[in-house]
Amino acid sequence: MIKSDVLSNYWKENKTLMLMILLIWFVISYGSAIVASYLNKITIFGFPLGYYMGAQGSLIVFVILNVLYSKKTNELDKKYGLQEEE
Amino acid sequence: MAQEAMIAWKKKLRLIYGVYTGVFALFIISLWIAENMGLPQKYIGYAFLFGTIGVYAAIGILSRTSVVAEYYVAGRKVPAVFNGMATASDWMSAASFIGMAGALYLQGYDGLAFIMGWTGGYVLLAVLVAPYIRKFGQFTIPDFLEARYGGKLPRFIGIIAAIIVSFAYLVAQITGVGIITSRFVGIPFEAGVFLGLSGILVCSFLGGMRAVTWTQVAQYIILIVAYMIPVIAISYKQTGVPIPQIMYGQALQVIESKQKELLNNAKEIEVRGEWKKKAEELSIKIKNLPESWQKGKSELEEKLSQLRENDPERTKTQKALKDYPKTPQEAKEKWTNQMKQAQAMSKTPKSYIAPPADSKGIINFLALTFCLMVGTAGLPHVLMRFYTTPTVKEARSSAAWALFFIFLLYFTAPAYAAFARSEILTNIVGQAFSALPQWVAKWSSVGLISIRDMNGDGIIQFSEIIIQADAVVLATPEIAGLPYVVAGLIAAGGLAAALSTADGLLITISNAISHDLYYKIINPNISPSSRVKIGKALLLVVAAIGAYVASFKLAIIVELVAWAFSLAAATFFPAVVFGIWDKRMNKTGAVTGMIVGLLVTGYYIIGSRFYGVDWFGIKTIAAGIFGLPANIIVALIISRITAAPPKELQDFVDNIRYPKGAVKGGVEE
Repeated sequence: MIKSDVLSNYWKENKTLMLMILLIWFVISYGSAIVASYLNKITIFGFPLGYYMGAQGSLIVFVILNVLYSKKTNELDKKYGLQEEE
Repeated sequence: MAQEAMIAWKKKLRLIYGVYTGVFALFIISLWIAENMGLPQKYIGYAFLFGTIGVYAAIGILSRTSVVAEYYVAGRKVPAVFNGMATASDWMSAASFIGMAGALYLQGYDGLAFIMGWTGGYVLLAVLVAPYIRKFGQFTIPDFLEARYGGKLPRFIGIIAAIIVSFAYLVAQITGVGIITSRFVGIPFEAGVFLGLSGILVCSFLGGMRAVTWTQVAQYIILIVAYMIPVIAISYKQTGVPIPQIMYGQALQVIESKQKELLNNAKEIEVRGEWKKKAEELSIKIKNLPESWQKGKSELEEKLSQLRENDPERTKTQKALKDYPKTPQEAKEKWTNQMKQAQAMSKTPKSYIAPPADSKGIINFLALTFCLMVGTAGLPHVLMRFYTTPTVKEARSSAAWALFFIFLLYFTAPAYAAFARSEILTNIVGQAFSALPQWVAKWSSVGLISIRDMNGDGIIQFSEIIIQADAVVLATPEIAGLPYVVAGLIAAGGLAAALSTADGLLITISNAISHDLYYKIINPNISPSSRVKIGKALLLVVAAIGAYVASFKLAIIVELVAWAFSLAAATFFPAVVFGIWDKRMNKTGAVTGMIVGLLVTGYYIIGSRFYGVDWFGIKTIAAGIFGLPANIIVALIISRITAAPPKELQDFVDNIRYPKGAVKGGVEE
């Protein structure tokens, strides 16, 4: 039986992690779309930044976020001894 | 599975798919050599079509099974990377493969809603849902709803929603299969549907989720290779560097400067004026229905009767009469579409890279992106894939892998669109009509590209070119001057995308009826082998109904996919996410939320598409933007004013939140 305070601390940390990831997710996708016309004034390697964020930039961030969440939660499991038995 | 066995299993899978990829490359190369030696294009098309469908069928036969856990969840031993590939092709449909780059070409920045929406949803899926679904470890999403909320009602609502969402999506995929096969092999649409479906059915019928999974991995490999080759070639042709994802910045610059020149070009203004005239003519014709319809019809009939037997005009007139709307109602629809097209063409081309300028445009862009994202994380056929991994840890990394594999295609689509547009602006606009490249003639004969000399000057203006979305990916091989083999490869890739998604959807619908409705509600005493048998029989029935509906070639086919996302977003997503993250959510709250979400979204879909309902100017494809918050608000309020869920359900929630141990009642068979 897992103690309830272990579980609630584990979940609290997981929740914080979730909120942080979704905050970045939100700002990168919707934030950059809202200010896209300003970002378009900056051009990098031929790419107007506003268009680039929608077409590729946000996608790169999404992939990184998913890798990060997978890594962090695995570490979290170990920290609280809640990982799967191998 | 023990650790050593798992390592050996992964090694074996890598070997199998490594060899498979090698054989596929050899297949392409040998067809290319054959083409150079004079093999007619028709046979190259056949080789790709029958070759790939044959492979899928072979995988189906090799992984045939009647064991329940194998049939429903592929034995829960699909390693993260492979489940990532399977999820990627399960979920990338014909719309992603063929339509998306075209939408970007046509809509510029506005089209990015699809790029961001269909990738960003995987963040929601990975963080909020996937690992917990795996820990729960049953077979379907309605399974989860019953286990979490208690009672048959949540399961029942889940069944209804799963069928509606998946069926709408399935019809679109079957239509895609028919279009691709008929266009590339020259067989009738119905025969194409039949052929494609038999490929799907051999696979899912024999081996259920197990066969579907391993076929989807094979399909992913084909579709990603097929997508990359033409765009790499066109990048090399235009920029000298074969890395399209980095090089299309140059194309964007070309597009912007060329389009600026077009704004004040006298010839372009002239053509836009012609379009405006045409739109006005059509609007008068529509206003004068049904007399105008009758008049046009009798004019054609009279013309035909006056022409002599061997006059070349005769066949033309006959065809015009055959294509003429059959009823005033049909005329209204057709002419309205033509009028909208003419109106669009009469406007000055807007900047390719600029976001929507008005607030209505931006709101629609954000709303659509949001619906697509949340819908992705709520589609039952995608969620179901996360039951198949061996562990929770693998489910997490599988969600990351799935996004990565999808990312490879989506990251490339903007390059496709930009290169195609800059090619048109540079090498087609300003040419004489007599000097059109061959590919233009070829694709205009099937109606994907249409170029008409509106102002009669013999020179092509940008406003004279109408390109259908599908043409961008399909015509790129020829634009880049590649051998026909590549065009065949594109067809095989598009087919793989449509078939893999259709497979996943078909099995979701069949499971919803056989497992969730029949076994869990109507007749729990049925033996495992009969369960699988009923599931298999239902696959045939559902496929037949899907094909029947697809054969009508409904006008709403494009919208069906977007609606499926909105409906999934407004029904499953809140119920599943609350189920994991909100311990206080109870049955009454979740059920009323789902019903309200379904009704509000359904009302807006039908109302805005057919009856002119308009809330805040939101388009019909983003209908979920009302249903989703309605679901969330209703669910939260109702659950808080009714009793908390019983202790065992709260314990259940605790239990699925961490990987360790088994879930009570979570393992069957």
